Order: sequence, then C-alpha cells, then structure tokens
Amino acid sequence: MAEFIQILVSGLAAGSIYALAAVGFTLLWQASQTINFAQGEFVMLPAFFVLIGMNFLGLGLWPAVGFALLLSLLILGLTFKKLIVEPMLPHGTLPLVIATIALGLLMKESVKEFYGATAQPFPPIFPQKVFHVLGASVSAQDIGNLAVSMLAILGLQLFLSRTRTGRCMQASAQNPQVAEILGVDVKRMALYTFLINAALATIASVLISPVYLAKFSNGETLGLVAFIAAIVGGFNQIRGALVGGLLIGVIDNISAVYISAQYRAAVPLLLLIAIILFRPQGLLGSKEGRAV
Amino acid sequence: MTRKQILFVVLGIAALIAAPLGQGNYIIYTMTSWLLFSIAAMGLNLTLGYAGQISLAQAGFMGVGAYVTALMTLAGVPWILAALSSIGSAFVVGLLLGYPALRVQHHFLAFVTLAFNTLLFLVLRNEEEITGGSFGLMGMERPTVFGISTDGNLNFYYFALVCFLVAAGIMWWILRSPWGRAFKALRENPIRAESLGLKVRRQTLLAFAIGSAFAGLAGALQSPLVQFIEPSSFALNHSLKILLMVVVGGAGFFFGPMLGAAVVILLPEILRFTEGYYLIIYALLVIVLMVYSPNGLIGAGQKIWSKFKPKHEARRDLEKGFQL
Amino acid sequence: MLKKLIGSAALALVLAGSPAFAAELKVGSIVELSGPGAAAGVNFRDGVKMGFEEINATGGVFGSPVKISEYDSQTDPQVSRAMVQKAIDDGVHVIAGTVFSSSTVVNMLVARRAGIPQFTGSEAPSITGMGNPYIFRTAFGSQKGVPKMAKYMAEEMGVKKVAVVWANTEFGKGGYSAFKAEAANYGLEIVADIPTEQAQTDFSADVLRAKNSGADALFVYLTEEESARFLREAQKQSIGKPMIGETTLIGHKVIELAGEAAEGAMGHVGLTPDADIPAMKDMVERFKQRFNYTPDHNAIKGYTLAHIIKCVSEEVGSPDSAAIAEKMHGLTLTVEACPGVLMDVSWDETGEMSRESFFVEVKDGKQVVRAILPPN
Repeated sequence: MAEFIQILVSGLAAGSIYALAAVGFTLLWQASQTINFAQGEFVMLPAFFVLIGMNFLGLGLWPAVGFALLLSLLILGLTFKKLIVEPMLPHGTLPLVIATIALGLLMKESVKEFYGATAQPFPPIFPQKVFHVLGASVSAQDIGNLAVSMLAILGLQLFLSRTRTGRCMQASAQNPQVAEILGVDVKRMALYTFLINAALATIASVLISPVYLAKFSNGETLGLVAFIAAIVGGFNQIRGALVGGLLIGVIDNISAVYISAQYRAAVPLLLLIAIILFRPQGLLGSKEGRAV
Repeated sequence: MTRKQILFVVLGIAALIAAPLGQGNYIIYTMTSWLLFSIAAMGLNLTLGYAGQISLAQAGFMGVGAYVTALMTLAGVPWILAALSSIGSAFVVGLLLGYPALRVQHHFLAFVTLAFNTLLFLVLRNEEEITGGSFGLMGMERPTVFGISTDGNLNFYYFALVCFLVAAGIMWWILRSPWGRAFKALRENPIRAESLGLKVRRQTLLAFAIGSAFAGLAGALQSPLVQFIEPSSFALNHSLKILLMVVVGGAGFFFGPMLGAAVVILLPEILRFTEGYYLIIYALLVIVLMVYSPNGLIGAGQKIWSKFKPKHEARRDLEKGFQL
Repeated sequence: MLKKLIGSAALALVLAGSPAFAAELKVGSIVELSGPGAAAGVNFRDGVKMGFEEINATGGVFGSPVKISEYDSQTDPQVSRAMVQKAIDDGVHVIAGTVFSSSTVVNMLVARRAGIPQFTGSEAPSITGMGNPYIFRTAFGSQKGVPKMAKYMAEEMGVKKVAVVWANTEFGKGGYSAFKAEAANYGLEIVADIPTEQAQTDFSADVLRAKNSGADALFVYLTEEESARFLREAQKQSIGKPMIGETTLIGHKVIELAGEAAEGAMGHVGLTPDADIPAMKDMVERFKQRFNYTPDHNAIKGYTLAHIIKCVSEEVGSPDSAAIAEKMHGLTLTVEACPGVLMDVSWDETGEMSRESFFVEVKDGKQVVRAILPPN
C-alpha cells in the first residue's frame, strides 16, 4: 500500500509538469493550428534565463525568475508568434511543423554552445523538506509542483471562461471568421495565447529544473511526453491536457514498478495508439473541433 | 519526357558516375550516404509531397530494412534476397500502421508513426537475443555482384548508385502512371478528387506503404555500408532529419529530396569553418527558408528564376482556373 | 648563374622545409560534439585541446607544433565512421576519440584498415576484445574496473544481496554485464535488476524498487546527470542502503549536482579530478581557468591522451603511425618520464590499459579515499 501511494504521489508530481507543457501545446493548437515541436525546448530554456540572471547579472532567485518570465514572454511568446508563426500560417501546417523542429534545434544548440553542454544545478524554490505520509515519502517540492501547476491551470481555465478577454480568445479559437465579424481582434487574441504558453513554460521550467537539473537536451523527452499527454487527454481541451499529463506521470511510474522497466516508455505510447484508434478525440475531448 | 529532359537526366547520371573518381575515401563514403538518404527521402516525398501525409517514422522504416538485411546476410542469405525482404517488410509494416491510422482522421498518421518509431527503438534495444540490443549488430559483408566484390568504397558507391537509379526510375514511373497522376489531382483538391471517384484513403495508404518500402531499401543499403547497426541510428531524431531533407529540398518536387539530402549531409562540411555553430546556422537557415519559401529550395529557386525571367503576360483569370 | 642560384635557393628551401614538414605530427580529434553524447564529447574535446595547447606552448613535438583537426561525430556511428575516414584522408597520424562505444566499435575498423593508431575514450569491454592492434584505451574498460568493485563489496563490506540500477545504453549495459559476471564469482545475489532510460528524469519508481528489494547495497551504473537525479530521489525516499558505483556516481560533477544527496555514496575511481594527486589538481585548476567549468573524467582522458601521444611519438622519433601503434603495446609511461599522464599507466597487447585506482566515499562534499586498489 505504501508502495502504491509512493508511486501515485511521485507520478502526480511529475505528471503535473507534463500537464503544464501539454496545456501550452493544446493552446497553440487551438489558436493557430501550430503543432509546436519545440515545446520541450520552450520548457528547457527559461531555466537558463534564470541562471543567466543569477550568475551573470547578479540577481536573486525571484528577480531572476521575473527576468526569465519577461525574456520568455518576449522571445517564446512575441517573437515566436510574430517572426515565425504569423508569416507561415497561410502556407499550412507543414512548413510550420518543420520550422518548429528547426527552432527546437536552434534553442538546444544555442544553449549548448553559449551556456554549456553539461547539466547545471538549479536552486530549489521550495524548502528541502520531506514528509512521511502513510509510509510514503513526499517532498515539499512534490507538493509545491502539484499545487502550483494546478493553480496555474485552474487560473487559466477561469480566465478563459470568466473574463471578457478570455471569452474573446475562445471565440477566436472556435471560429475566427465569426469572431472577426463580431469585432474581436483575432490577431491580438492569438498573441495572448502565445504569451500564455510562454508563461506556462516558464512556470514549468522553474518547477522542474531543481529536480531535473538544467540541461540543453531536457526538452527532448519532455516535448514528447507533453505531446502524448495532449493527444491522450484530448487535443482540444485544457482539461484533457491536464488529465493526460497526470495520467502519463502515474502510468509511467506504475509501469516501471509493476510491468517492465525496459518497456516503461512503451506504455504511454501504446496508450496513445489505442486512444487514436478507439477515441481519437481524446479521453476528455469533444467531437466538434475546437473549444479552448 | 522531352528531349531536353532526357539530355538532362543523361548528363546527371554521367556526373554521378564521374563524381567519385579520384576522390578520397571520405568523399566517396559521404556520397554513398547521400545516395541512400536520397532513396529514403524520395520515399517520404511520395507520402508527404504527393499524398500530403506527415510520416515521422521514415528512419524507423530504414531500421526495419537495416535489421532485416543485417540478420539475413549474417545468416548467410545473399544480399539481394535480404534486400527484397527488407523492402517487403517495410511495405507490410507501413500497411499495418497506416490502415488503422488513416481510417480515423487525416493528421493522425503523424502521431501514430511518431509512436511507432519510438516503440521500434525500444524493441530493437530490448530484444537483445535477436537484435544485439544496444551493442548492435556488426560484421555484415558487402555483397558480391556478378563476381565483383563491393568491398571497396568506390565499388560500393557504384553498387548504391545502381540501386538509387533503379529506385528513382520506379518513382518516376509511379508518378507518371495514371495512379500517380491521381495523386496530383488529390493534392490539388482532395474534395474534387473524391467526387471524381478516387478512393482517397486507399490511395493515401498505398502511397505511405510504398514510401516506407523505399526506406526499407535505404536500410538494406545502410547495413553493408556502415557494417554496423544499432537502435539509436533509427531513432525519432533521424526521422525528423529525413523529414527536414524532404521539405528543405522541396516537397512534391521530384528532385527535391535529393537536393535536400545533399544539403543536410554536406552542410556540416561546408559550414565546418564555423566550428560548433554549424547546427545553429543550419537551424536558422531552415527557419528563414520556411518563412520565405515553404516549397523548399526548389520552390525558392523557381521564385527567383521567375523574377529574372522575362514573363509572357499570363491571363489572370486563366491562372486562377489552373489552380482549381 | 641565375638558374643555379634559384636552384640552390629552392634546394635550401626544400631542405629547410622538409624536416619540419615531415615531422609535423597531425592528430584528428573525432568526438561527439552534438547529439546525445555532446556533454561527454565536449569534455573530451576540451581535454585534448588543452593538452595539445600546453604541449605546443612548450615547443610541440619534434620541434614543431602539433596540428589538431576536430571532427563532429554527431553521436552517430555512421557519421563517426565517415569522420574517421575523413581524418585519415586529411593525413592524420593519430586519432583521438570517439567516446561513445557504439561509435568506436564501428569507426575503429576504418582506422585499423588504414593502420592509424586510435586512442578512444570508450569503456565497453568489447573494444579491446576484437584483436585490433590499432586501438588503445585512455581509461580502463568496465571489465577491469567492475571486478575491483565487486571484490571490495563482497570482501570488505560484507554485502550479500545487491540491487543493480543501470543505464540501458551501451555504456550501462557494459557495466551491468561485467557486474553480473563478477557477482556470480563473489557470491553476490542480485535481488533487483533495474534498467533505466537515457536522460531519464523521474527516478522515483526505480528508487522505490531498489528500496523494497531487500538488498544490502545498491550498485549504481548511470551517467553523471542521471546519477545525481537518482541520488536525490534516494535521499528523498531515505533509502538507507550504501550505494556503490563508478566515477560516474561519485564524480565531481555529480557532487556538484546532487549536493548533500551524494553524501555516503561510494565508488571506484580511475581518473578523477578529486584524486589526491598534485599534478591532477593542478590540471583541473588550469582547465577551470581555460574553459570555465569543472572537467569530468572524459576531459582528463582527453588531456592525458594528448600527453600519451606526445610521449610515445617522441619515443618513436618520427610521426610514423605503424611504429607508434607498435610501441604502444606493452608500453609503460611513468609520471617521471611523461608528467602529463598524471599517473603511471601501462598498456597490454590488446590496447587495454591498467593503472592504480581508488575506492572512495563522498564525505562533506569531497571524495575521501578508503582504499587504493592496485592495477589488475
């Protein structure tokens, strides 16, 4: 029993990070049919902004996080949208897919060349405490990760459904033509989506890097997991991405302990294939296209 | 083919025959790599450029081909039989994978192939008794053709060149056949093609499976070329690399994949003076290319060409009609 | 007259130029500068670079600076083979690299065919087991290090049951297989067999299995970053068992990354920046100044490799690839004769090396030597 609780808690803590990345992934798909193959790198990069802020500009941890958030919004949000996505949208999905693959490569290689190829320690943002609950070890970090990501996603959900801007964003995602006619600034709404994605990536980055360490190649696995989580949960629902992320985190741990450590990475993939075959809209997705 | 085209092809083949003469082993080896990646990219081009489906498992299909050939030639089977089995296996796996994926929804083939490529890596690594696991397989003999050993790098180049020309010929024939023409119709306007009675799904599935079979052939050549195979040579990032080749060259153009493969393989060499920065520059170039010319280098070339070429004024209304 | 003058001038030029030209030693450094092996490869490359920079600053080899050309293998066996071929076409006398065994096993065939001695950073046992007279190690293969550890665990620590945690890559698999064979020799029972993924980040399930396996101790064979993540998770779940591994478990980088979670971890160390050897400490300091990061064992391999090449070439007396390869077999380089090797080292007929090594424990963020293990 203690063993299972341990698996569950660890799985949820890891899964909450996958959920953050997956939600951002879903958002971009909603707003502009962008399958972002650089999503993993989007989560890798802000940690290095924090490190630059701390080690080269002499900032404290929290000012450095603010600095990283600002840079992320500028680079991963604004620049990505204006310089890459916008000019390519009229050409369809494929060139954009290729461009995001190249962008991922660019980010990875730049960090490697300009910051370093080896992993860097990253300061913890939660106290280094471990609680023992029913025989399982739960760290403050685990609880913090879970809480912060849940709050972020919940806040986002509320923002989208309760505020005027949020509803305009939903409208633009569901039917850009009609939204435009109704006087919604569709382009601006899409930009908001990209900014939100950048912010979520920064949060995820700051949450995971104390445990995962900051390394240029961290995005490879993370991007793939976020991708799987988004599809399993439902590509057109924030709730879906959330459930998908948590589910993958737990399943990964369960399969490593009870099924086969050699094939632990296969289980989420098999789940992905099964979902595509039998429930292509995802676990929580709805059939009719695109609702944020 | 027009006379001009025939001349062009003959000159091209002559250049390919003459190119490695007097070159060092490295250049010959690199050119052989280019030939086999061109074969794989050509296959993906059929899937991507003509049938409009993104496959993220082209390296995986190369892996299927490479392992089948490696295991069979190590067991003493002649290369040609092993290669045919490789092509066949890649084709069958393509059918098995594509059938359910295409049944569901258009862009889901990308997701299914992505999962397949990663699963294949795990199987190749974990089933050590058969595949050699992470230590891989080595010592595959290069084939002997009509009593001539292809052990030397130059001989093997010509051997790969023959395979490449055969593959390119078959691709040419496929695209010129009524079946291939149907594809172009499909690409221009799927709804209209369907209304004309084309079985879109079956066409797409076949294109995907044939495209995969080309990767199987490329894998069958890679085994004897490198004489060592291991799972990570066929991992997802290599599939992305082949995808980049096709799109950078120009998806949907016959010579696009060959150009793209040349760029991806030769660029590290050309950008060598930049030391560690070549991948950064490469990535930047790809992004700029995609922004400027989503049809790849050939598309960009056409764009530039049409700017300088004196145009005879086309009627706007006709132009529009042509696009339909 | 003029003709004669020009002729003699040309002759003089040739005479003056030729010895220096003929004696210039060219080294090709083929390493993993991109792809999954980049972290290891960059360390190795920088080590080689710094080694030769120092050698060249003090007059080079044969009185002229050594020429190093760098090639990126992209951590891809096929590309690594092409790059070794290219280096040979470019006329190098000696090859340094590659680090990943999956690349080395294939590109060493090319160097062998061309008769070029190759100094690899790989540790997979198979590399020196294939009768290739041109391959030489710069760190001993896992089949040499692991027995030392298994013996120490069984005889000195009294361990009976072991949980084995290993990276499911050619690196980890090599160590794992070597350990399995040795465990049988020393009567160690493997109660949990836990393979992990390359670049794995979440180790909670793995630590949990090891913890509940009933093992007396853990044998951990992961690369540095994964080791650090594993140690942190082990600390979190208060695993309460000794953890034993290679340099990659208790190296400087791991201590930096894992912090106090590394306390108490033990391991066998061949080359380490923490070894209590003044020359080694000096080298590490210079490296930090030059490259701004702490070198790992791959950097030290690369550094000593430069000096090995220098010393053996000077013993041979000319940049003669075949003679260098021949000289290497059965060679011993002592620190007195060749200070840059940092520790006395010798090679056998297969190119395998042997050297003294240490069994250390991490205490207060430092490696403390518990035992000096003789060369085997």
